[in-house]
Amino acid sequence: MSRSDKAANTNWMLLFLCWLLVSVSATISIFFSSVLEYQPCVLCWYQRICLFPLFFIFAAGLFPTFDKSVIKYALPLTIAGGLTALYHTLLYAGIIPESIQPCSEGVSCTEQYFELFGFVSIPMLSFFAFSTLVALLIILKRRTSK
Amino acid sequence: MKYALVGITCVILVLAFVVGNNYYQDQQVKKYGSMAAKDAEVFVRDHSKTLGSNDARVTLVEFMDPACETCAAFAPYVKKIMSDNPGKIRLVLRYAPFHEGADDFVKIVEAAAMQGKYWETLNLMFETQNIWANHNHYQPEKLWDILPRAGVDIEQIKKDMNNPAIAAIIAQDMADVRALNVQKTPGYFVNGRPLQTFGYRQLYELIQSELNAQYPQ
Repeated sequence: MSRSDKAANTNWMLLFLCWLLVSVSATISIFFSSVLEYQPCVLCWYQRICLFPLFFIFAAGLFPTFDKSVIKYALPLTIAGGLTALYHTLLYAGIIPESIQPCSEGVSCTEQYFELFGFVSIPMLSFFAFSTLVALLIILKRRTSK
Repeated sequence: MKYALVGITCVILVLAFVVGNNYYQDQQVKKYGSMAAKDAEVFVRDHSKTLGSNDARVTLVEFMDPACETCAAFAPYVKKIMSDNPGKIRLVLRYAPFHEGADDFVKIVEAAAMQGKYWETLNLMFETQNIWANHNHYQPEKLWDILPRAGVDIEQIKKDMNNPAIAAIIAQDMADVRALNVQKTPGYFVNGRPLQTFGYRQLYELIQSELNAQYPQ
């Protein structure tokens, strides 16, 4: 296998990791809302809007071979999702006061549903997923722009 | 190879979802089943209005809201199942006024109960719901012209609806709503078993399966 083949394979695997992360996140997200019946709040919906399309965008970038233009299309969504998740996490943790939260009707964005190991909240999981995606995409961008 | 990897991942995720769903639903059934056995009060309080024989072996608990459209749509259907199985089903009504302002209607119907006209008033409210709760636009004052048809004294209702005993009933029912994780109205439990997917047919099948278990042919 030549060096460029190897590099192409690594790129494909990195993008596959992105897709895998999105797929798992989306599955968990739908599981929370449809099975456990946690009602998504407004901020959760904004993050979902950023997350769900990535499933298809990344899949499209994987076939038939790795397509680097996927980075250009996916980065804005992941950054927007990550920023929303960061805001949500801070709001949830009480670092940003509740008085400026945008959701007044329906489900409160700070209602606690679930905490893994006692401190990992749903917004935190979302922030973790989005920031990992941003990191992976930046790595891919560097690798492909050489 | 690449296609297989992505395809297999999709299949695994879908399977994990389905398995997780089934596991969770089983746990819920067990949880509510043991609650029904140990903590029957969560389902039926002393103040709860019931219909049907107290000897009935099937208890249908309905968490409802007089202003909820689906509750009104289900009411005749539940009555029909009950009349098809005389003496075998007891209906217990609990309140879950989720929307703001909806508890006014619970207060009205409970105030009517003080005059002994509970079921007449509730039926009439369901029948005329489109007049006083059109698209979540609640207008309790419109009921003052309608309710005399149920034979109640409106002035007395206006006085009684602010009775703290009624507020206590609503508070207790809402506490049980949270304990049982009822999120939508109408929410049904048949002998403690929750209705898992919503619909007429599903409710019918759940009741029927309990009837078959309690009254073997």
